Amino acid sequence: MSSFDDNNKERLRSVSVDLNNDASLLIDIPDALCERDKVKFTVHTKTTLSSFQKPEFSVPRQHEDFIWLHDTLVETEDYAGLIIPPAPPKPDFESPREKMHKLGEGEATMTKEEYTKMKQELEAEYLAVFKKTVQVHEVFLQRLSSHPILSKDRNFQIFLEYDQDLSVRRKNAKEMFGGFFKNMVKSADEVLIAGVKEVDDFFEQEKTFLLDYFSKIKDATAKAEKMTRSHKNIADDYIRLSATLNSLSAEESTANKKTLDHISDLFEKLRKVEGRVASDEELKLTELLRYYMRDIQAAKDLLYRRARALADYENSNKALDKARLKGKDVSQAEEHQQRCLQKFDNLSESGKKELTNFKARRVVAFRKNLVEMAELEVKHAKNNMTLLQGCIELLSSN
Amino acid sequence: MDDLSAEPPSSQTEKSAASSSPEEFVDLTNNLESAESKVEAEISSPEPSDDFFDILGSETQKVEVEASVKADSGEVSSGVTDLPGGKTGSEQGTSSAAPIINLNADFSDNNQQPSRVENKTNDPLAQVLSDTPAADPKKPSSAVLDLFEDDGSDIFTGTPQTKPASQPQKGLFGEPDEDLFGEPLGAMSKKTTENEVKSSTTKAAGPASSTGGAQQDRKSTEPADIFTEEAVTTVPRTSNTSTVNSKANGVHSEEDLFTEATVELSLDSPRSGRKKEETSKPSASSSSSSLSAPAKQAKQPPAALEELEDEEEAEKEDQFDVFISVKDPEKVGDGMNAYMAYKVSTETSLPMFRNKLMTVRRRFSDFLGLYEKLSEKHGPNGLIVPPPPEKSILGMTKVKVGKEDSSSADFLERRRGALERYLQRVVNHPMLLQDPDVREFLEKEELPRAVSTQALSGAGFLKMINKATDAVNKMTIKMNESDAWFEEKLQEVESADQHFRKLHALVESLVVHRKELSLNTANFAKSAAMLGSAEDNTALSRALSQLAEVEDKIEQLHQDQAANDTFSFAELIADYIRLLGAVRGSFDHRIKAWQRWQDGQAMLQKKRETEAKLLWANKPDKLQQAKDEIVEWEAKVTQFERDFERVSATVRKEVIRFEKQRTNNFRRQITKYLESLLQSQQQLIKYWEAFLPEAKAIA
Repeated sequence: MSSFDDNNKERLRSVSVDLNNDASLLIDIPDALCERDKVKFTVHTKTTLSSFQKPEFSVPRQHEDFIWLHDTLVETEDYAGLIIPPAPPKPDFESPREKMHKLGEGEATMTKEEYTKMKQELEAEYLAVFKKTVQVHEVFLQRLSSHPILSKDRNFQIFLEYDQDLSVRRKNAKEMFGGFFKNMVKSADEVLIAGVKEVDDFFEQEKTFLLDYFSKIKDATAKAEKMTRSHKNIADDYIRLSATLNSLSAEESTANKKTLDHISDLFEKLRKVEGRVASDEELKLTELLRYYMRDIQAAKDLLYRRARALADYENSNKALDKARLKGKDVSQAEEHQQRCLQKFDNLSESGKKELTNFKARRVVAFRKNLVEMAELEVKHAKNNMTLLQGCIELLSSN
Repeated sequence: MDDLSAEPPSSQTEKSAASSSPEEFVDLTNNLESAESKVEAEISSPEPSDDFFDILGSETQKVEVEASVKADSGEVSSGVTDLPGGKTGSEQGTSSAAPIINLNADFSDNNQQPSRVENKTNDPLAQVLSDTPAADPKKPSSAVLDLFEDDGSDIFTGTPQTKPASQPQKGLFGEPDEDLFGEPLGAMSKKTTENEVKSSTTKAAGPASSTGGAQQDRKSTEPADIFTEEAVTTVPRTSNTSTVNSKANGVHSEEDLFTEATVELSLDSPRSGRKKEETSKPSASSSSSSLSAPAKQAKQPPAALEELEDEEEAEKEDQFDVFISVKDPEKVGDGMNAYMAYKVSTETSLPMFRNKLMTVRRRFSDFLGLYEKLSEKHGPNGLIVPPPPEKSILGMTKVKVGKEDSSSADFLERRRGALERYLQRVVNHPMLLQDPDVREFLEKEELPRAVSTQALSGAGFLKMINKATDAVNKMTIKMNESDAWFEEKLQEVESADQHFRKLHALVESLVVHRKELSLNTANFAKSAAMLGSAEDNTALSRALSQLAEVEDKIEQLHQDQAANDTFSFAELIADYIRLLGAVRGSFDHRIKAWQRWQDGQAMLQKKRETEAKLLWANKPDKLQQAKDEIVEWEAKVTQFERDFERVSATVRKEVIRFEKQRTNNFRRQITKYLESLLQSQQQLIKYWEAFLPEAKAIA
């Protein structure tokens, strides 16, 4: 482990500080349990940091705990200049569950064979969703752990170490509404401060870029999702075809039986490959786009906080001018203006660093995923080819 | 399933690697392929690497690809590696069997369609016979000669010098021969003498004569085959006189054909001798294959020979030298009176047609008209008349309105293909090919306008089939089926029909989904291009627009595949649904014939009762009339029964023929379809492989 870590350290640093480049804090989720709507994750930590009591420990955590951690980080004033890693999305087992339900309803109309096959497929899908859920939660923690500032956060360390239930309250209705209200205020505020003249070209560019990029990536994500779903549909069709061909061959007594058997068999195998194509596209492409959509949102939030600070600073300037004019509370206003300026400068500085890192991180991630996807696509197509060739040979030989 | 810990080892090994990089969420795939990922993890961890990404990324991917190929090969190669074993065994079997099959198949066809077969078989054979002394005289010649000699040996007394050579193979052909010739010998005696007379006339022609003789033998076996079946089935059922009658009947009906065939044959054989040089090209190839085949065959263990015989049965297919193509659909007229006309081209070498190449224009209703005529004429006899595609009001209206969208082009192409296959099926049928209406349809410039095809339109046609089915169902309840074969077949056909319908619906939904995929891929391609233009990293921007291009090409690929799904798969199934309807129709006609017979019997019974009553009442004046009526009805009943037997025999023969054709045709079509799938996968590989360096160039 350490051997290749050392080797990579140099390069990784230059690419992105966000990546986990030292072994001082390693987090993973080796296990998770699904109980109805709730997923219980086991968060496992291995560390050499002295701020932790033990070098290795595991704690049970729920999705709500992750959300709590994210929210506290966002609300911490000191982190205003950082891109807070996006919170993992809520586990969504609705789609496979719904399908399972539908399958149960349709049981009577299906042959037994078809039913078992569909069920297997659904179970596989369920498992995939489950694993994906675990993975996004893990990624969230890993990004925190690799961040030089965020990894030192007290709440984060509590989250990792406290071996009892965190018993985070679910947000009640008022808070939910409050959150909603806050969002409203925020977007209204964004419009208001949009008029503030930008002083730094870097941020001006970054802002236009992120806004544009966000809308594009959002669109691409939706389209990629649709594409993946169509792929899944085709895989499902293959299952049904295979099952029907199978039942057809069961009643066939002539030489056609062999042919039908071969094709049924082929479709069964093709379906597996097609299903993998779908799930690989989902993982390598759709998930990538989805994650960066959320990450860009987080970056946009950072820009908003900075813009807000800029607006505050300008307001404080105006207030100072007024105070000077009136000759009243000048020192107080001066102090306030200084505070605002300092905050703004801090934000700008760390924001610049964060956004540069973000860019590098994005490029690396896209490269990795696109390469992997292309390789998987080639692999699957080759598998398909082998299957088809085998079947054609079988058919022509008898 | 609710517990991930079900697979702790795989996720564990992987996590240790993944944990160092927060971006690794994507490595899920490996989780999915847990078996593969284990292999992968094991391989990757000990391997020192200078690039972390590479370990999780490209390098392991390579390993994974290899590993998966290995793992998959468990799946795949079991199928594939089986092949060589099976192939070496069976393919040689088939390849060696092929020429023989052809010959045999032709012989059996010969029954109905002699002239072309004559051309085909005579030449190679003559060559074989003349060639044999030069080429390895021992093995191949014995095998070749055997084939013909053995068949002929019962009737043929000649060629004693080859007899000893044929000894080892005799077991193969001896059995069927004895069966075929043994049973009907009494009835056959007349025929065989005829045979001999005829063959002796051709004998003078030299080497060709022996083939002619052999062919005739084959021919005689074919009717005999049917005949014996018939005889066997009728004997237990009907008592004394009827067997003789039905036998006579069977002989009679077959003999018509037979004599017709032989006349043509004897006329033809000298001509074919002259033609030999002209047709030397095809004959050379076929003769060489027939030469090499026995050579292979001689090496083959006897087990392969058994297989060979099976193949022979399966491959017995009607091959006529008539090829139909339906092309160039063209809209004639305007508005709602518009109709589509198609160019029907026939390519043939059969002497029964005036030209080798004929082209006529036919409109859709002409095709329907032909079907109506054929089914009216041949349906009651139990023939399976291939049905044309249904009239489609919706599809046609679109075409008529003149919308030039993809759905109407799709519709026209579907219909064109269906019409072509329909006509090809008609001319492939030995009986239907002889029909004057068929010839007229293919040859005549102008056809009288077909009327009352309206009844066949769209839903009406389906309704008719359904009605017929219902009627059949009702009647089967009444008819206590005396022949288990028919009962079984009917059930088979009905369940096959159901499954095919379901299959058709599924393939249609596959087409819909494939089109959806194509559309969604196109949309994504657009979005990816947009994203590429928004991206500020040059290399990534370039890669994204490349991705967009790849997805664009893939979209086209999916679209083409959807068309393939439609034309090579869905249409194939639609054809069979129609054909199965026709098969049921022929069952229906058999039952109608039975009904007539039963009614006749009931009538006869009534007449007899009347006679008894009259006898009782002592009315001699009416008694004579009643007696006449009884005689008349007795004759009628016998006739009806004969009809029924004949229809039954035809239906049986037709169903067997249908099944054989279906097996071959289905396999051929499916292979074609799979090849289209294969091609699109090949394209896919090309596209993605071209994209790979672009993705790797991102930095």
